[in-house]
Amino acid sequence: MEFSLQQNIRWDHQIIFDLVGEGASVLDLGCGNGELLKRLIVQKNVWGIGVERNMERVAGCIENGVPVYHADLDHGLPQLPDQFFDYVILEKTLQAVASPMGLLDEMLRLGKTGIISFPNFGYKEVVESFVQSQRMPRTEALPYNWYDTPNIHLFTARDFLDLVEEKNIKIEIGVSWISGKVVPFKEEESGEAEEILFMISRR
Amino acid sequence: MKNVNKNSDPKRKKKYEPPDSLTSVGWTEPHIITLADGNNPLLLDCGEELAPISVEYEMYGEMNSNKDNVILLLHALSGDAHAAGWDKKALEMGRSWRVDRPGWWDTMIGPGKALDTNKYCIICSNVLGSCYGTTGPASIDPETGEPYGMSFPIVTVGDWVRLQERLVSHLGIEKLYAVIGGSLGGQQALEWSLAYPDRVERTVILASSARLSAQGLAFNAVARSSILNDINFNDGNYYDRDQPAQGLAIARMLGHITYLSETAMRDKFGRRYRKNGNRPGFHLGVDFEVESYLEYQGQSFVSRFDANSYLYITRAMDYYDAADRGEGDLDRACENARSRFLLISFSSDWLYTPEQMKELTFALYRTKKDVSYVEIPSTYGHDAFLLEVDEITPLISKFLKGDTNHGI
Repeated sequence: MEFSLQQNIRWDHQIIFDLVGEGASVLDLGCGNGELLKRLIVQKNVWGIGVERNMERVAGCIENGVPVYHADLDHGLPQLPDQFFDYVILEKTLQAVASPMGLLDEMLRLGKTGIISFPNFGYKEVVESFVQSQRMPRTEALPYNWYDTPNIHLFTARDFLDLVEEKNIKIEIGVSWISGKVVPFKEEESGEAEEILFMISRR
Repeated sequence: MKNVNKNSDPKRKKKYEPPDSLTSVGWTEPHIITLADGNNPLLLDCGEELAPISVEYEMYGEMNSNKDNVILLLHALSGDAHAAGWDKKALEMGRSWRVDRPGWWDTMIGPGKALDTNKYCIICSNVLGSCYGTTGPASIDPETGEPYGMSFPIVTVGDWVRLQERLVSHLGIEKLYAVIGGSLGGQQALEWSLAYPDRVERTVILASSARLSAQGLAFNAVARSSILNDINFNDGNYYDRDQPAQGLAIARMLGHITYLSETAMRDKFGRRYRKNGNRPGFHLGVDFEVESYLEYQGQSFVSRFDANSYLYITRAMDYYDAADRGEGDLDRACENARSRFLLISFSSDWLYTPEQMKELTFALYRTKKDVSYVEIPSTYGHDAFLLEVDEITPLISKFLKGDTNHGI
């Protein structure tokens, strides 16, 4: 698959935009101001909902004309039937929720396909900084202090691979963000990847 | 959560905007129009035909030449067409309670406000069966020459909306830019979006739901019972004698209990006594602040509302169930909707709870509609939709500005 990176658009936004099919239904968990959904709605004729708990970002969605459901992700959306969406998106959010396992299950219950991106805690600079300073790492992708970080469940690419194996989840597509470039994910070079995106489904 | 100061809650003590304020719609006047006569009666859900029907409405802001900037605002149980500004005919029409206060949503309607009269033309009409200019139980039945009283037919939210459609069509408006309402007004807005899906572009529903809860039905039953059992009720024929004032006042007191949350009551009144150095007065009259508040609300309501109208309007509130359009299935009822929706609930509202609003939200999601749902943290209970102006203004004004077709 070819990805067309554009300036001013987050790399994972662009990949997700390319992955989602024309006219699909999309749930964006932790949708922020709704920029990604807006592009999908306008340019790909998608029907979608964003879920966001922050009131200012909810107002941003409304301003962007993006349908938004104001709620905490940890509650899930039990009111919606199984496999209701073609895609469920979770952009750099799994590490910030109270129950990542529960959310992953809910994601693959609600959607036929899940698209998930996350900061890789196994990225070599993170690991080196951790080993050398013996302090919790702070990088561009993980800019917070240990005491105020929203990232309460940090994990590495390999951690994630272990989990999908255990939960019988199939990885359809894997992409790494390495030195400002998008390359196909390879486990052996996962230490090079600052951020990672997987498209997943139930086996 | 809002911090509510015990003695001076700014949202309740807010000064009214005078008519000469740059953000007030200023002086307003009611319009009255006949929308049903013998040749063109309104067929009601109960099966009866009603004519003649007069409707009182108000209009703020200018209708543009395409007539596509019109917002229809729907009022709640005790509301009226006077939603904003200062009624210049208040005394002339015997509505003295309007002299010292503006319309019921004045904080939301005017130049630069959420319902910006520089851009939109806002229309609000009084519902059928009410007592503020639109035909109701106190109107004269042309067949008898006497007030209808309880011979007035049972009216429904569906009837109200069909009558509003006559008004909208009469004014030459093909498509409404938005329909907006809170509480029982929210149910009218919902009904508009389902009954006339091609004529509503945007729907804003606040503190409402697809149907009243069993608990809500119960409160209305007690309210009506209090009126029906008033010694002066006389089967609704009281217009030439003493009104069932006690019954209506008690109904209103009960209503006010359901409009406030427990927290709001604690913050507003606590267990404070009215007099006597905050000690009990050892009598059975009004002793606590909260009693005094309810007493005042009850008494002041009696001077501005008709007991029969209270019976009919609460009944319309009871009967409304949006799922009726889908033979009991709310999802099916929602299928026809075409408008974009903004649904706003308030965390401490226990009359129309956030859970009930979510029920509607998800019925619309399951039928793949364009819906945003927001739950405002508030301690004000059901009243929040009238009070949380700072919180709802940006949401509503942004929603109204947004495109409906996502064209860029």
